[in-house]
Amino acid sequence: MLKQGDLLTEPTFELVGDAPQRLVLRGDWVVTALADVDRELRDGPFSTDLMVTELDLSELGGLDTAGAFLIDRTLRTLGGDPALLGASEEAQSLLHQARTLATQEEHAPPVVEEGHGFVDLLERTGRNAEHMWHEALESLSFLGATLVALSTIVWRPAKMRWTALVAVMEEAGLDAVPIIAFLSFFVGMVVAFIGATTLAQFGATIFVVELVGFGVLRELGGVLVAIIIAGRTNSAFTAQIGAMKMRQEIDAMQTLGLNPMHVIVAPRVLAMMIMVPVLTFIGMLTAIAGGMTVGWLILDINPTVFFNRLQDNVPIDQFWIGMSKAPVFGLAIALIGCRQGLEVGGSVQSLGQHTTKSVVQALFAIIVIDAFFALFYQELGI
Amino acid sequence: MSPDIAIQVRGLKTAYGTHVVHEHLDLDVKRGEVMGIIGPSGCGKSVLLRAITGLKEPSAGEVHVFGQDVIHLQSEDISALQRLWGIMFQDGALFSNLTVRENVMVPMKEHTDLALPLMKQLADQKIRMSGLETWAGRKYPSDLSGGMRKRAALARAMALDPPLLFLDEPTAGLDPITAAGFDQLIRDLQSSLGLTVFLVTHDVDTLAVTCDRIAVLGEKKVLAVGTMDELRKEPHPWIQDYFGGPRGRGAIMGAG
Repeated sequence: MLKQGDLLTEPTFELVGDAPQRLVLRGDWVVTALADVDRELRDGPFSTDLMVTELDLSELGGLDTAGAFLIDRTLRTLGGDPALLGASEEAQSLLHQARTLATQEEHAPPVVEEGHGFVDLLERTGRNAEHMWHEALESLSFLGATLVALSTIVWRPAKMRWTALVAVMEEAGLDAVPIIAFLSFFVGMVVAFIGATTLAQFGATIFVVELVGFGVLRELGGVLVAIIIAGRTNSAFTAQIGAMKMRQEIDAMQTLGLNPMHVIVAPRVLAMMIMVPVLTFIGMLTAIAGGMTVGWLILDINPTVFFNRLQDNVPIDQFWIGMSKAPVFGLAIALIGCRQGLEVGGSVQSLGQHTTKSVVQALFAIIVIDAFFALFYQELGI
Repeated sequence: MSPDIAIQVRGLKTAYGTHVVHEHLDLDVKRGEVMGIIGPSGCGKSVLLRAITGLKEPSAGEVHVFGQDVIHLQSEDISALQRLWGIMFQDGALFSNLTVRENVMVPMKEHTDLALPLMKQLADQKIRMSGLETWAGRKYPSDLSGGMRKRAALARAMALDPPLLFLDEPTAGLDPITAAGFDQLIRDLQSSLGLTVFLVTHDVDTLAVTCDRIAVLGEKKVLAVGTMDELRKEPHPWIQDYFGGPRGRGAIMGAG
């Protein structure tokens, strides 16, 4: 029974005799050695009108349930009920077990009709469009539910989990400061570099200050931070909440009278609405520092000159425009992260799917929200 | 080491950080027997199983399975040895992104070169053998009840007809009728296939019905090994409480 692969004897079969056909089996009929004999038996050396009346197992080596299954399958395709010759007690019981377990072979699954490429494409496009619409609606209804939860908390602040709020603020806010500062600094440098090469053609390199100022304060600072947070924190929210969902912690919460909207969603949403503006502020500062560094080192613009010009030519409105978007980004990121986390089903795969979805939707939302803001402020003429 | 010993553990010491779980632990499991492992919660029953199967590296001691040193094996020998055992974990540990049938096919794909149709048929056979209906094979583990998942896990453990089966609390969390069915299933499989079974359990009924011998873990080592009758004569207070308590007495009477 414990023979290893190379010690096994190849299982073989042979038909002996004419009138009473006898099937002789030799070798070890165990799962690791069955591949070839299965193919031979499947290809069917037997004609359909063949009657096997005797099954000779006296030369059989090892037998396990897989071998018994194969023998039984062969007998079933042959029909008839041959007498067993020289079968050990063990082999008999294995064959008996195989026979009792064998139900009708499952019918081949119905062949799914392959859709034609183009129609299939249209159908999938339609389904996905509908799905997107549903997701948007669901997200909005989740926003509503969150607002209700937050308003209850306003009336009864005791319901707020302050510890959770501070923990999320630290985890998603404070811990993200280094990466935000680092990346913003480099983006600021890149903007200044791009500006420098183009503006140098007009001999107007000093306008780098305006470029960095407007670009970073109005758009880049906020969007960059939101995108980093969408990748960093949003996925973490979904994974955390999804894992809690999988382990039925959310169910446990509900039965204990805790509202997941209060316990899980509210602290995260509030923490993000507070911390994303703070991070945006830090991001703006370091991005300007990055632009200033390039100005100083490459373009010979003295930092004092840089800041004076920034103060004179870039109105403070630009800063407020950038900052006004930050809490909205924070809200969107937290909502999408939490919602996708709560949508996770029972399987690991679903956790992965929803984490992906969560990040994709968050990025999508950030860009769309930013576009709306741009339109809005354009209309206002700021 | 005598050839009729399936698992031999000598001087085993396992530790997590400074917390020592086992020390100087010796245990022999004979071929073809069902060895039950009992002991108070947290005494390291599952850790022992992990140490024997090579999942937890011991700090000291030796573990031999079918005469092979589990701890110092090369990777290809480990793979050969893994073919000889099937493990059923406490929560089933089925792969949640695969259907039950695909779960059962995983060891076959890894260790044999069978044709896909035969693998499917064999997997269905194993699923029926573990007491599930064939349709359960198309379900995902998350769609099944706890008891069905345990059966599916058993089907996967049995996929390659291993001569050695590790079961970690197979009947925990099952209703008594399902649990009794499971005990019977283990006993049937053991007798028809001549399996060696290493059974970690809390369930006195399971012990009474399925086990040939029982090893009691405690105080970081094996307190006693023997049949149920032998153990009942052991003076150790925990063993006395275990078999002398209301549940222990009931199970023994039921089995007797």
